Amino acid sequence: MVTTHEPRPAEAQERRRRPTGPRRPLTRKQRENRAGLVYLSPTLIVVIVVVILPILWTVMLAFQRIRLINVRRAGVFGQYTLANLELVVTSPGFWSSLWTTLVYTVGSTALSVLFGLIAALALRGRFRGRTLVRASVLLPYVAPVVAVTFVWEILLSPQFGLANNWGTRFLGWDQPIAFLSQRQYTFSLLGLDVDLPMALLTVIAFEAWRYFPFAFLFLLARLQAVPGELEEAALVDGAAPSQTFRRILLPQLAPVIALLCVLRFIMTFNKFDDVYLLTGGGAGTGVVSVRVYEFLTARFDIGAAAAQALVLAAGLVVVLVIYLRFFAPRIEGEEA
Amino acid sequence: MDRYTFEKRLFGVLRWMVITVLVVVTLFPFCYMLLLSVRPIEEVLANPGGIWAGPSEWTIETYREVLTPADAGGQGFLRLLANSALVSAAATVLTLLVSIPGSYAVSRLRFTGRRQVHFLFLAVYLFPSILLAIPLFVLFTRLGLRGSLAGLTIVYIAQTVPVSIYMLRNYLSTIPESLEEAAAVDGYTRLQIIRKVVLPLAAPAVMANALYVFMIAWNEFLFALLFLVEDRADWTVSLGLAQLSGGIEVSKTVLMAGSVVLTLPIVIIFFAAERLLTEGLTAGADKG
Repeated sequence: MVTTHEPRPAEAQERRRRPTGPRRPLTRKQRENRAGLVYLSPTLIVVIVVVILPILWTVMLAFQRIRLINVRRAGVFGQYTLANLELVVTSPGFWSSLWTTLVYTVGSTALSVLFGLIAALALRGRFRGRTLVRASVLLPYVAPVVAVTFVWEILLSPQFGLANNWGTRFLGWDQPIAFLSQRQYTFSLLGLDVDLPMALLTVIAFEAWRYFPFAFLFLLARLQAVPGELEEAALVDGAAPSQTFRRILLPQLAPVIALLCVLRFIMTFNKFDDVYLLTGGGAGTGVVSVRVYEFLTARFDIGAAAAQALVLAAGLVVVLVIYLRFFAPRIEGEEA
Repeated sequence: MDRYTFEKRLFGVLRWMVITVLVVVTLFPFCYMLLLSVRPIEEVLANPGGIWAGPSEWTIETYREVLTPADAGGQGFLRLLANSALVSAAATVLTLLVSIPGSYAVSRLRFTGRRQVHFLFLAVYLFPSILLAIPLFVLFTRLGLRGSLAGLTIVYIAQTVPVSIYMLRNYLSTIPESLEEAAAVDGYTRLQIIRKVVLPLAAPAVMANALYVFMIAWNEFLFALLFLVEDRADWTVSLGLAQLSGGIEVSKTVLMAGSVVLTLPIVIIFFAAERLLTEGLTAGADKG
């Protein structure tokens, strides 16, 4: 990112004073510099010890054959090898899990941002009870993930779930649908058989439900910052609501929507809890993060888990670079 | 009817439909959770399609089973609630202790590497926690911290500090610097200024931040699962509930009672401080 760093007044003054002025033990700038680093040091220590160093260590672990039993042998000067990567890439289901992760991420991101946009537009104007409605819309986002996945599981259960019970009773389904444990659901439409990846779609629906409030919050905040005169002017020109939305609101919202897509994409790509709790990674929902967890806890194969995690991170970087390079010149311009 | 009137009416109707659907879709699972948790299991099995059971049939047996200590035949959730509360409260207090001076430095002081620090926090915020899980799992095993609530607290601090600094920084930048300059003229040191001028002014943001960190720590699942699963006495409520579902003899009404116990503190906090929280979360969002 190229930004011109304008010298702030204080700095400029400092710079001018330095050559001529008498030498003092500490200039204001130096004092400020020191204080800044002191105040920030607890944060930096925590972040470096618990985040940065572990990340570097992951990279090292990924290139050493290590299991939990012999982890004491692992060091900076261990034996480096590509065996982990080879093992991970050639293990069954590697490519399909990458594909699943991508489908899951794109689907969840798109739906949650879309629903968030619809919700923000609907809840924009004032009405009685708006605060309460706004708060209840946020509930899926703030509630504990373990609790909400259980409610979904119970609601969708084929044996005693409400969804299937009502579906068979009122909607005329021939048999209960195993939403969370069925890989393929064959759906007949006008004589055509369409195969739906049922469990994956359900998990995507869950993600959209749980995270649309996140998009909603940001979009609503942005909508309320749109100057009223813009819409009034459009109204005077006789623009219909759909035209006002397309020509006035959407351009105003576009940077936030782009930012939300990137944020949600990054966060969903690595998401572990939701899929693990809903399906355990079965029935065609085996995303990469669940595989990392399995390498780690079922086989205690730390090297392979680290390699798999690196592949995940690399995949994320590749997608983001493609996105920033080709699809998002807009936000780069906005942020610079 | 011209296009304007037509659309005005159409969207007027659609809007109320959307609002109704939103409220039902977001609230229904939580209401169902609550209603199921008080229904006797026999009644649920006899009538799986029903939602409502008369108040005369309601039972608190499920809650009794969830909350009684494990050695008395229950699920011992009181103990887990205490664990969760302890970890979340400790993480909240320590995160604030670290992030208040940190955010002050980032928003007020011009020091070398300020821009890089900003980038660093963004990267940490977006960094996948599953990647972090592996080295921390290994490291904490070696240090003997795995299986301790203290270890978990450290992880939560590291995960929440960047967000916390970001939120606080946005708020601090709205406080006029002239107030601090006035205090400095009066002879306050920098620490005194933070304590006596900045903190009182930033109290709402600090409060929102505390609640936010508390909620993240209370809801967290992955690290609790990785670190604490071996010793039941250390489980948090999230982990305890997840482990409960693995038990075959546990009925789903009991599961729902556990879910209510897990969710209720968050819902109470959230509704008590909704305004604070939504404003805190989106602070600075409209600048993008």
